[in-house]
Amino acid sequence: MPITVQIPTALRRHTEGVGKLDCSAGNLNDLFTVLDEKFPALKPHLRDEAGQIRRFLNVYVNEEDIRFLGGPTYAFQDGDEILLVPSIAGGCA
Amino acid sequence: MAHYELRCRECGKSWGNQPRSICDDCFSPLEVRYDYDALRAGFTREKIAARAPNMWRYAPLLPLPADYHASLPVGFTPLLSAPSLGKQIGARKLVIKNDAVCLPTLSFKDRVVAVALANARAFGFNTVSCSSTGNLANSVAAQAARNGFKSWIFIPADLEPAKILGTQVYGAKLVCIAGSYDQVNRLCSQIADEHRWGFVNVNLRPYYAEGSKTFGFEIAEQLGWCLPDNVVCPMAGGSLIVKIAKAFDELITLGLVEAKPVKFFGAQATGCSPISTAVKAGRTEIEPVKPKTIARSLAIGNPADGRYAIRAITKSGGWSEDVSDPEVVEGIQTLAETEGIFTETAGGVTVGCARKLYREGRITPDETTVLCITGNGLKTTDALVGKYEAEEPIAPKLVEFERYLQGTLDVPETVEA
Repeated sequence: MPITVQIPTALRRHTEGVGKLDCSAGNLNDLFTVLDEKFPALKPHLRDEAGQIRRFLNVYVNEEDIRFLGGPTYAFQDGDEILLVPSIAGGCA
Repeated sequence: MAHYELRCRECGKSWGNQPRSICDDCFSPLEVRYDYDALRAGFTREKIAARAPNMWRYAPLLPLPADYHASLPVGFTPLLSAPSLGKQIGARKLVIKNDAVCLPTLSFKDRVVAVALANARAFGFNTVSCSSTGNLANSVAAQAARNGFKSWIFIPADLEPAKILGTQVYGAKLVCIAGSYDQVNRLCSQIADEHRWGFVNVNLRPYYAEGSKTFGFEIAEQLGWCLPDNVVCPMAGGSLIVKIAKAFDELITLGLVEAKPVKFFGAQATGCSPISTAVKAGRTEIEPVKPKTIARSLAIGNPADGRYAIRAITKSGGWSEDVSDPEVVEGIQTLAETEGIFTETAGGVTVGCARKLYREGRITPDETTVLCITGNGLKTTDALVGKYEAEEPIAPKLVEFERYLQGTLDVPETVEA
């Protein structure tokens, strides 16, 4: 499935400065595998030791939190835009 | 050398002092850490008492540039005993920390913004910004005007009109987003990633959040340098309750108060209660929700500090409650009628949850319990629409008034001259 993924500045030092990537992935696990292969240094920043998405990394599909779409197994659609956004804690809104 | 610096809350890496809120290594949030040994001699009850009655009296325990001169007397709001409210909800030692009258914009957000802007100046920003459910918008706009910053404020488009007007009046650039607060917040994270602005609750967030500690310092000082038994605190992002706990811990560390257990109780609206739900279920992480409540200032479905709030509550032996929207309105009315304090919807949540906590026996009547009132009712009057009948006018004649009096059951007592 052709999709686009946006990578935040904080992770771009592991992607040789790449902030946006067009690629093909069926779901989030697929996408992370694609990113792992393309940018090996990025891998530990996306998933923890247990292989789970890092707690402070939020994933959005076309502006919707992926957790409201059923989580990591959500099947991407053609042209989906995936946003990786750090969760900003340490304060209050 | 500053006596404080940013450290990663999870991996402990030091990041010095800079506008940043996450650790690039593990993506975890950053927290301001202090050199308490260096502070010990300069932070005593006597030295604090000699300073003006505002939040800057606690400056050594805030992340402030060495040469910073505050331009506003923020904080040091009243701590009031609340016997009449106590009678209604079954409490004998109830006190209210009333930030409904915090300067300059009538909410506890004035504290955090004051610290954030001190740092924005030091980092060289001339534009400050925020995502907000309203109170923060008001405070950033006002304090930016006062301190010569430009301000760009991002809010959900359907906020209460008073909170929108109360931002625009200061000359702020208001950007209304067709979406929820959580969406506005996510957008601001992306904008902060692209534009070098001082976002008080994104890249300045670790500094900003420290301002909330002054709410806790004041509670302890106003109780005669004692800690209370319980604190009932409204929760949106979950930071305030965490920072009050940090404030109490710091006062114990520096020997200003005696160590004692304090239980922390969180308060949320049922229509947006991700933290409360997690506490009740015994979970350590929150599950995000889509908010549906009139308590707009608490309507954050993905609370940034949720996990830390859960930890602070459970570690203390406290609990978290939530109340329905009708209970929120009833809480606002009860506080106004019993203690003469008009709070916003978040305060209604706190009062409603406190009532539940006493009823459930989670708080007992003779414990000293502080209710945190964090915002002013004049900003959310729409919550009370339809609650009071419009009065029919009468002619300005005594005979008309006497007739009106006869139709009233609640006739005031006459006092003999």
